[in-house]
Amino acid sequence: MFKKLAISAVAALTLSTGAVMAAGGAGHIEDVDFSFEGPFGSFDQNQLQRGLQVYTEVCSACHGLKYVPLRTLGDEGGPNLPDDQVRAYAEQYEVYDPELDEYRPAKPTDHFPESGFEGAPDLSLMAKGRAGFSGPYGTGLNQLFKGMGGPEYIVALLDGYTGETKTQAGVTLYENTAFPGGWISMAPALYGEDVEYADGHPNSLHHEAEDVAAFLMWAAEPKMMARKQAGLTGVIFLTVLTVLLYLTNKRIWAPIKGKKTS
Amino acid sequence: MSGIPHDHYEPQTGGAKWLHSRLPIVGLLYDTIMIPTPKNLNWMWIWGIVLTFCLALQIITGIILVMHYTPHVDLAFASVEHIMRNVNGGHMIRYLHMNGASLFFLAVYLHIFRGLYYGSYKAPREVTWIIGMLIYLMMMGTAFMGYVLPWGQMSFWGATVITGLFGAIPFIGEPIQTWLLGGPAVDNATLNRFFSLHYLLPFVIAALVAVHIWAFHTTGNNNPTGVEVRRGSKAEAEKDTVPFWPYFVIKDLFALGLIMVIFFAVVGFMPNYLGHPDNYIEANPLVTPSHIVPEWYFLPFYAILRAFTADVWVVMFANWITGGIIDAKFFGVLAMFGAIIVMALAPWLDTSSVRSGRYRPMFKWWFALLCVDFVVLMWAGAMPAEPPYSTISLIGSTYWFAYFLIILPLLGVIEKPQPQPATIEEDFKANHAKKSDGGAGALSATPAE
Repeated sequence: MFKKLAISAVAALTLSTGAVMAAGGAGHIEDVDFSFEGPFGSFDQNQLQRGLQVYTEVCSACHGLKYVPLRTLGDEGGPNLPDDQVRAYAEQYEVYDPELDEYRPAKPTDHFPESGFEGAPDLSLMAKGRAGFSGPYGTGLNQLFKGMGGPEYIVALLDGYTGETKTQAGVTLYENTAFPGGWISMAPALYGEDVEYADGHPNSLHHEAEDVAAFLMWAAEPKMMARKQAGLTGVIFLTVLTVLLYLTNKRIWAPIKGKKTS
Repeated sequence: MSGIPHDHYEPQTGGAKWLHSRLPIVGLLYDTIMIPTPKNLNWMWIWGIVLTFCLALQIITGIILVMHYTPHVDLAFASVEHIMRNVNGGHMIRYLHMNGASLFFLAVYLHIFRGLYYGSYKAPREVTWIIGMLIYLMMMGTAFMGYVLPWGQMSFWGATVITGLFGAIPFIGEPIQTWLLGGPAVDNATLNRFFSLHYLLPFVIAALVAVHIWAFHTTGNNNPTGVEVRRGSKAEAEKDTVPFWPYFVIKDLFALGLIMVIFFAVVGFMPNYLGHPDNYIEANPLVTPSHIVPEWYFLPFYAILRAFTADVWVVMFANWITGGIIDAKFFGVLAMFGAIIVMALAPWLDTSSVRSGRYRPMFKWWFALLCVDFVVLMWAGAMPAEPPYSTISLIGSTYWFAYFLIILPLLGVIEKPQPQPATIEEDFKANHAKKSDGGAGALSATPAE
């Protein structure tokens, strides 16, 4: 009981210092050329699978993805895992079943577990919730033209540790060039070569960070491909309709404007 | 109903006559859709249709969203994620609703500023203008309460800041605030009543829109010259007007189509660009965001709200003369609502006998400055409340009030207007005689008007 209280006290403290820090000004973010940027960009299925591996082996130790249903790992436009792999992946998590009143292995219909450590925020929407740093001068133009957003922030954060630490009110803070205010309570998570990719992809720190950022973007916006497709279809059909309306308009107004009708 | 003389509906068949003598609804629809409309309306007269479309879009997408949304502080955020992830097409419905609000406000601002430039608010259209202002106020209330529903960080803190404004009213402010919130702070009771009202108000808006249309169908449309349609006889009126159907329906639908292309590109390719990222973090009463900003369409008035700080002399004077009853916070609230009230009073503040800004050489410049002022205030509203932004907000707010309270009344006295065309027909012919190109020519001719 005491231990639990102590943990929540530490968590509350880190959360509040985090909020104070957030007022300190934005950190340094570099643009990354992700495959899913722009109107025609799409998720790289292999990258999402690598990112899932990084998330599973590293991030999930503290963080959760409580809004993401496990079955969506099999969705087209996402990591697109085969059904048996989704089922096998789900079984590694234990979830509480209120009907059985006990813990059981997760099924694809369950969600990812929530954060196991109270101070660690849920990552389901992090890639959308951290898109607000974009400059220049707060106009958001980098977001518009370079496609800079949450994923860039995640890469910069994971890659932004300087190695300096300090202790403030009993909490260890780590210097980070991307975090607003410069000091973050999360210890460096990735060092490079933390995971072995099955596809032999390079596993340097920067590559791992990009992969997990892409995965978290999918977790935050799983319907991105469907949305862009719908948008494109809408634009094409409406353009045709608009051209027809333009010609109709020109034709019906011609006699009013004193021109010959063809 | 008096108005521009035109052909009225005559029932032809036996069944139509039977219905017409009992309920003349077909006649009402016919007269509405065939209303004589000034020939010379330009491309700034399309926003009415766009606004009607927005209202329909918001109501339809909203009704679908309600089927899947849960108004409870513990479940609201998760239910929105449920819509985004599990509901078939839910992500598109929600993004249409979210960005539909932005299109709604973009259109209403262009519609209002068109009215301000062409003097559409002047007699005999004051009632149309006042109802329009009421619609605008209702829209602001609806949009604000709708933004609270996803229960993100900006929802919660936006609601806290805005409802806090009522707490600034002297003596009765705090009981009013508690009554509005249903408790001492923004909580489940607040979320539930906002949900209820967010569903109700759009239907009130729809009713007001019907009255708005009724009002200007009684007086007839204004037009870019501000010259009235001749009403001596039907033949005379027909020289100045064409029926709304098909001429303006098709023109407006073409414009709407063009706007929809852009709208779908925004919804499909960058749906979160206009929103605040913090709203993807669930509301947490213990963590205040470093920077609380409303949605872009509230920013000009948010800038006016924050502009009047305790060190501004008018505020100090108001504070002194009322014996401390009006403090800086209450002054800001009064200024924000006052900014909309002075705009609503434009029909009585504008003393010029000329309606359209096209024939008012001095007015044109002051109006252009008002447009710039609006954009500057919007930008300043998004910036932190510190110098130099606070000074810019103060100058911008001062100009806003000066335009309506000083410049509009004075211009009517000192300005020498240019000659206006005698009739709409004359203006229309002058416009189309010199151009060889048709519809496209009109589009590129005067986009600023």
